[in-house]
Amino acid sequence: MSELRGTTLVVLAAIVLLWELAVRLLHVPPILLPAPSRIIAEIASAPWFYLRQSGDTLITTVAGFALAVVLGVTMAIGIVYSRLLERVIYTLLVALNSLPKVALAPLFVIWMGTGVEPKIAIAVMLAIFSIVVDMVLGLRSIDPDILAMAYVSRARPVAVLWKIRLPNALPTLFAGMKVGISFALVGAIVGEFVAGSDGLGTAILIAEGQFDTTRVFAALVMLGLLGTMLFYAIEFAETLLLPWHPSHRARHGNARG
Amino acid sequence: MSACVQLRGAGKVFPSRRGEVTALRDVTLSVDDGEFISLLGPSGCGKSTLLKCVAGLEDLTSGELLVRGETVDGPPPGLGMVFQRDLLLDWRTVLDNVLIMAEFQGLGRREQKPRAISLLERFGLGGFIDRHPWELSGGMRQRAAICRALLTEPQLLLMDEPFGALDAMTRDDLNVELTRIWQTARRTVLFVTHSIAEAIFLSDRVVVMSPGPGRVREVVPIDLPRPRPLSIQATPEFAAYVTHLRGVFEELGVART
Repeated sequence: MSELRGTTLVVLAAIVLLWELAVRLLHVPPILLPAPSRIIAEIASAPWFYLRQSGDTLITTVAGFALAVVLGVTMAIGIVYSRLLERVIYTLLVALNSLPKVALAPLFVIWMGTGVEPKIAIAVMLAIFSIVVDMVLGLRSIDPDILAMAYVSRARPVAVLWKIRLPNALPTLFAGMKVGISFALVGAIVGEFVAGSDGLGTAILIAEGQFDTTRVFAALVMLGLLGTMLFYAIEFAETLLLPWHPSHRARHGNARG
Repeated sequence: MSACVQLRGAGKVFPSRRGEVTALRDVTLSVDDGEFISLLGPSGCGKSTLLKCVAGLEDLTSGELLVRGETVDGPPPGLGMVFQRDLLLDWRTVLDNVLIMAEFQGLGRREQKPRAISLLERFGLGGFIDRHPWELSGGMRQRAAICRALLTEPQLLLMDEPFGALDAMTRDDLNVELTRIWQTARRTVLFVTHSIAEAIFLSDRVVVMSPGPGRVREVVPIDLPRPRPLSIQATPEFAAYVTHLRGVFEELGVART
């Protein structure tokens, strides 16, 4: 594991080095492509600014993502247990997903103003689809014999949901959440583009207006770090919550007895 | 002795795209309280369907089915069932897998815990109660599944080819354990198998079923002393039963070993 991580770091460092060398040797103007050293110097010159903007985007993303998970899981349960909801919600979601949702962003600004609300709403809208789809799949992919076992044991439907269907769906829910968290971040940035006064999205927009490519790149680097951090946070939660899942067993040292 | 399970002229027809399939026809059978009955027959003889009807998982399409005097409409109370596969939940430990039966039936986990542990100890799983199912061998997993079915002390135990997927040695082992448990607390057992030797070894009566459509061919009382050691399979009496039952199947054109 650590060996692999080492390799990743070496490759990454090589790319950055190549980039630095190319910019310097070919005399690329910073307005087209700033060298990595310039980008790092830019972040170092105003660390608080970049941290605050990242923090704003982080809060919007996490709020949107959390709401998407709560709403998505609830919708998925409704879809699995009711034919009517399946027809209505599922059809609606599929229709919504086939729209370029980013194009709906200005609507949310009209409805909710320019505060944090439309940004969260856009993040929810982008993240919820993968969460609902994967949660529905997880709730449905239960061994019918396990359901028969519970039925014969006179288990109440609530117990079947809580003790069998939900834990069984967790691995697929996590797969949906890993996709969803990236979409929530995209949603937050789009929200900041159309209604922003803070956040990395706004920082990018302002820097673009000033043709300050270095600042655009600095914000992008922060964005990349944020996205990576969020993804691994979900993966970490997964290893904590699902030590029983086959994808995590090997790491715990399987003692077969 | 009163009848625990009574079938009178029971029939089951499955609708299918190519017309109706008769799974059971005119099955009449009475199982006494505390009796160990095996349903023996080749695949397609309706033995599993019959068991599912008794469990309330399937409805009869004709005839009558009573469990302790009550017409079966959904799973009867006081029922335990062991399936061909163990159906243990991967995210629960062995102990929690057994205790789920208490949770299903609204009994306190804490009160049932000592009983669950002592059951697991009796089945040689005392040292594995904190393990997860995937850390156990197939035989151990099926033992845990039997403990789960026995936790709430069911008066009627239904077993659907529970040892069919196990190797011969593990199977012998579990057959001995099963008769030992059955003798300490006499409960009615309906045991589905396609192994002639297993049926004779375990049962008070063997119900021979034949396919197309499934019906009862013959009921053979097994007059062998109990407790039965594994070595009883080498006695001429045992061999006579084997020869007789094999003869019945040969007559049916479904000779099996």
